[in-house]
Amino acid sequence: MDNPYLWPLTMLVFFPAAASLVVLLLPRDSQELIKRVSLFVTALVFIATVVMALPGFTGGAHFSLAEDAVAQMQSVFQVSWIPSFNIQYFMGLDGISFPLLVLTSFVGMLAMGASWPITKHVKAYCVLFLLLETGMLGVFLALDFFLFYVFWEVMLLPMYFLIGVWGGPRREYAAIKFFLYTLLGSVLMLIAILMLYFNSDIRALSDEQLIAAHVVPDQPAALAWRAEKVAAADLPSHTFNILALQQLGQHTDQFSKSAFTESGKSIQWWAFVLLFIGFVIKVPSVPVHTWLPDAHVEAPTPISMILAGVLLKMGGYGIIRICYPICPEAAYDLAWVVCFIGVLSMVYGAFAALAQKDFKRMVAYSSVSHMGYVVLGLGVWSAVSPSFNGDYWKMGMNGAMFQMIAHGISSAGMFFLVGVIYDRVHHRELDKFGGLFAKMPVYSGMAMLIFFAGLGLPGLCGFIGEVLVVLSVWNFSIVLAVVSAFVVILTAAYILWALQRVYLGAEYKGPHPEALTPITPREWSIAVPLCIFAIVLGVYPQALFNYMSPSVDQTVDALIQWQERQVAEDVAGKKKGGEKQAVTIDERKLPKPGQQSFRVPPIAPSASWSPSRVTPDPSYPAIQESAVEKNNPIALNRGT
Amino acid sequence: MNYEQLVQSVIGDTASSLEKFLPELVICGTILLMLLSRLFKLTRQMIPSWLLAGAGVACAFAIAEPWKFLSAGATLERTEIFTGMLVHDAFTVYFRAVLLFTTLLFIMLARISRLADQENGPDFYTLVLGAALGMCLMAEANHLLIVFLAVEMASLPSYTLAGILKGNRQSSEASMKYAVYGAGAAGVMLYGTSLIAGITGSAHLPTIAWRLAEGMGTDYQLVLVLSGLMMLVGLAFKLSAVPFHFWCPDVFEGASAEVAGFLSVASKAAALALLVRLTIGFAVPPANEPIPFAAGEVAAPASLASEVLNQSQASRRPVAHVRSVADSVDAQNKPAEMIRVSQIRTFLSWVIGVLAAVTCTFGNLAAYGQTNIKRLLAYSTIAHAGYMMMPIAAGLAIMTENPVAASEAFAALLLYVLIYVFMNMGAFGIIAFIRNAVGGEQISDYAGLVRSSPGWVVCFSAILFSLIGLPPLAGFMGKLVIFASLVDAGMYWLLFIGGVNTAISLFYYLKVVRVMTFDPGPEDRSPPRLRLVSVPGVFTMLMTAPILLLIIQWNGLYQWAETACRTVLGN
Repeated sequence: MDNPYLWPLTMLVFFPAAASLVVLLLPRDSQELIKRVSLFVTALVFIATVVMALPGFTGGAHFSLAEDAVAQMQSVFQVSWIPSFNIQYFMGLDGISFPLLVLTSFVGMLAMGASWPITKHVKAYCVLFLLLETGMLGVFLALDFFLFYVFWEVMLLPMYFLIGVWGGPRREYAAIKFFLYTLLGSVLMLIAILMLYFNSDIRALSDEQLIAAHVVPDQPAALAWRAEKVAAADLPSHTFNILALQQLGQHTDQFSKSAFTESGKSIQWWAFVLLFIGFVIKVPSVPVHTWLPDAHVEAPTPISMILAGVLLKMGGYGIIRICYPICPEAAYDLAWVVCFIGVLSMVYGAFAALAQKDFKRMVAYSSVSHMGYVVLGLGVWSAVSPSFNGDYWKMGMNGAMFQMIAHGISSAGMFFLVGVIYDRVHHRELDKFGGLFAKMPVYSGMAMLIFFAGLGLPGLCGFIGEVLVVLSVWNFSIVLAVVSAFVVILTAAYILWALQRVYLGAEYKGPHPEALTPITPREWSIAVPLCIFAIVLGVYPQALFNYMSPSVDQTVDALIQWQERQVAEDVAGKKKGGEKQAVTIDERKLPKPGQQSFRVPPIAPSASWSPSRVTPDPSYPAIQESAVEKNNPIALNRGT
Repeated sequence: MNYEQLVQSVIGDTASSLEKFLPELVICGTILLMLLSRLFKLTRQMIPSWLLAGAGVACAFAIAEPWKFLSAGATLERTEIFTGMLVHDAFTVYFRAVLLFTTLLFIMLARISRLADQENGPDFYTLVLGAALGMCLMAEANHLLIVFLAVEMASLPSYTLAGILKGNRQSSEASMKYAVYGAGAAGVMLYGTSLIAGITGSAHLPTIAWRLAEGMGTDYQLVLVLSGLMMLVGLAFKLSAVPFHFWCPDVFEGASAEVAGFLSVASKAAALALLVRLTIGFAVPPANEPIPFAAGEVAAPASLASEVLNQSQASRRPVAHVRSVADSVDAQNKPAEMIRVSQIRTFLSWVIGVLAAVTCTFGNLAAYGQTNIKRLLAYSTIAHAGYMMMPIAAGLAIMTENPVAASEAFAALLLYVLIYVFMNMGAFGIIAFIRNAVGGEQISDYAGLVRSSPGWVVCFSAILFSLIGLPPLAGFMGKLVIFASLVDAGMYWLLFIGGVNTAISLFYYLKVVRVMTFDPGPEDRSPPRLRLVSVPGVFTMLMTAPILLLIIQWNGLYQWAETACRTVLGN
């Protein structure tokens, strides 16, 4: 197979790692040189990610941003890597991963620029930083599950050391907590990956599906491929190909078998739960979020920027790229759980932020709250039979994706700005600030802007994502919508209160008042790009949506098509099977409520979701009711 | 068959067997040479014993030709040699290669760290070769007698090696403990061996499998189970599996780090190979009834034994060995046999699975409180023994439905063993070198090492993270294939335990890394400055390089392991 993108993408991902070897050779004492080389490397990576999308530079082959092209997976290459396990070196980009890739390289560059105050073991710091960047870039590009997992884990080690060596007073505790949580999540993920792998058989896919999954390039190749498979043996052909697994999850019932016992939950139900826990630890959402405040607070400023700006996005990316498309049945089944977790994180994070006395800790909890929007937006599966209107879900998913990018900018900015004053006065207690506006006017102006962006002020980037998510939830559940809208007030409360205590007021009340000098050009040049992006994305969100929505919409459409097929099959099965079918449905119905309520006691999913669905839209009561009625068989079909 | 014919066929068999046994013969010859050379002053001073030993092992490794037999297309027929005492197949070749390679590494390590001086060098290296020979035999055993002999042959030199630091009380204590435990375990194992041999009327493993499948001994099920468990005791001792692990931390603490490394890798690899051989011996009856030696065709050179062959074939039926369930085995009896066999498999799978789970969990939990690095790694090897038994359980569980998946499960074990060689030889090598520089083996002695010797800390950390099983390090590939075999076999409970254990093990490996990197160095002395560009440094880097680079391409290694396992079930 011809792979024009093999070297460009490989070089993009491994360039920082290769550069780290060069940095290793530099003399240990020339700190300035080491930092400059590293900054140069990260800047080159950023330029490369941007240039990739421009025609002309690379001479034809480039990542196209045209609307019809961006919906598809582009710049794909695949090379057989470990044939014994069908593992491929397989990467590609689409409208979901491309913005995140650019965000990664952008935040990476700014964070490297923010690393100048680091003076301890500079060489080791830069080497680890560059290795970390390779891991982050790889996660967003990998389309092979094994490769994805490797990159996912590669980030762990540098991050552990970056927090543990260069962090604050409780760095060791924070570092190991971060490590342990993420490792636990990724072990669960590994189990799910292996479950999916051993239950997959790509021979079941049609030619079009094989082409869509990039297993084969075109129709003749598909025929040849099939002939080869038939000749080989009667053994199933397992795969780690994420796109192929998506096709299998949506078009076959390979993942719908019971996993452990005869009548228990299906494979995809377990895979979804395991993967979701793994990703949600990274996001992080409320029951498993406790590593985040510690890690963010103890990490040095640039690493906090990376953590908040990029690492958290990987959780959301995993959910949209892996959880939902591969396990649609389970995702539909557990939509309420996902949304509930999202809303819980939003509320809990906001209240926790309100209670913080430490400036950085407050920002950290605001991340928990803001990432709750992402989980909520991804989870609002509001399309129902018979209209299967997926517009609101698309809105929610687009909002979630936008929120990821926006939060990447605003939270990286907030952590950087907190770092700026921490470098000066060496404390972060909210109550011991005040009056910074008078002493550092430029800085305070930018801080106001970034914090307002975080707050979700219209006209700034935080607003778009939040409003889209909250609007989309209305169609899913009115209760969750009301609660999530209410969180906006809490957000305003903790951010405004913090701004008031830190920047406003008559005079500075804390130690080292003499150190409060205006920001340096270096700091200025890091904050300004963030401010610009915050404004641009707020005023002209289409700049992002144009490239992102086609892919997001396609993901949603594929899932809704799956849902339609499922309903159609079910109706057909009902007509055909008559009484027999009814009996089986009845049998399936029995174990369901108990198992469901075991997972999330406060909500009995199918019971409470139909009335809430009926009430919000009084103009179509008949349709809604019939939708619920027709939908119920599927809802009862879960886990078979 | 008369006496003359018997002698003739034995001669023929031996002649053809010796050819396949050549690597071991080279080891035997080297041992003799070393003993001889020590008698004369001239040779004693001219030829250093480590060189002789190393050359012998290298020679044996070259003669074993693992690359020839394990390459993709090669198929090595399973052949029984020495009248069915040993078996020669790809599995033999693989483990022989791994064991000889480990021995070679160990000889290099012992030489570099100056473990054995001029005076006790010959003794030391002779013992090492003796142990290696015993371990190779363990991997080749096809007869209960050889099983016992090989285990003893591998153990006795190990007892002495553990106490090689003369005048060191701890070392002597370690040796003593090891010997006493070993003797007890060997006794129990011998008893188990005799029970099963008594019930089935044979000590030849395929014959035992055949007769068990036929239903022999169904009246003595309790005795059968007992004998199986007793043999497992002997193996569990060699594997340091819970609850027969008590010797392990004490021996590792007392013995020198190099010897501990050798024991943890080679001895364990051999024990695992033997475990596979025995489980197959009990649970996988051959396709055709095994013909006892001298009653059937003998793999003899035509010139010598063609006459004998003809005669013996002619007289095969009448001389057929004693069988209680007679010759009435035909198609309708097969299902009953299969049920019996699958019962044996399920039983063994559960026993080994539970043993693996307990061993793994206990090892990881107990390692947490250790302050001595060798004790810590001793518990780590206990835990790893648990991980390595998991694929055997998985293989047994799935064998009936899907023999291919079962051989893949065994291949997972083989890959893990190979990766484990690098991880543990590297780790214990580094401990030995740091001991030479610092003089201590407490974890606290490693404080602040990153300031003075960053390269070493990077290597050691890579090895430790690899032991956890973090990608992209080699240990991850091992864990992945093992977990994959568990999923394939549907043993999710064991998989879950393995996964949780990975997370638990994080703590104590990280403790070492943390001390090396985060903690400030001791104030009373300056931390040791170890240079990477030195002989120990090169050894360390050579051990670390595969761990770091294996991710790039490990398909070849896995295919070797797969080839090695293909014939092990396929008789």
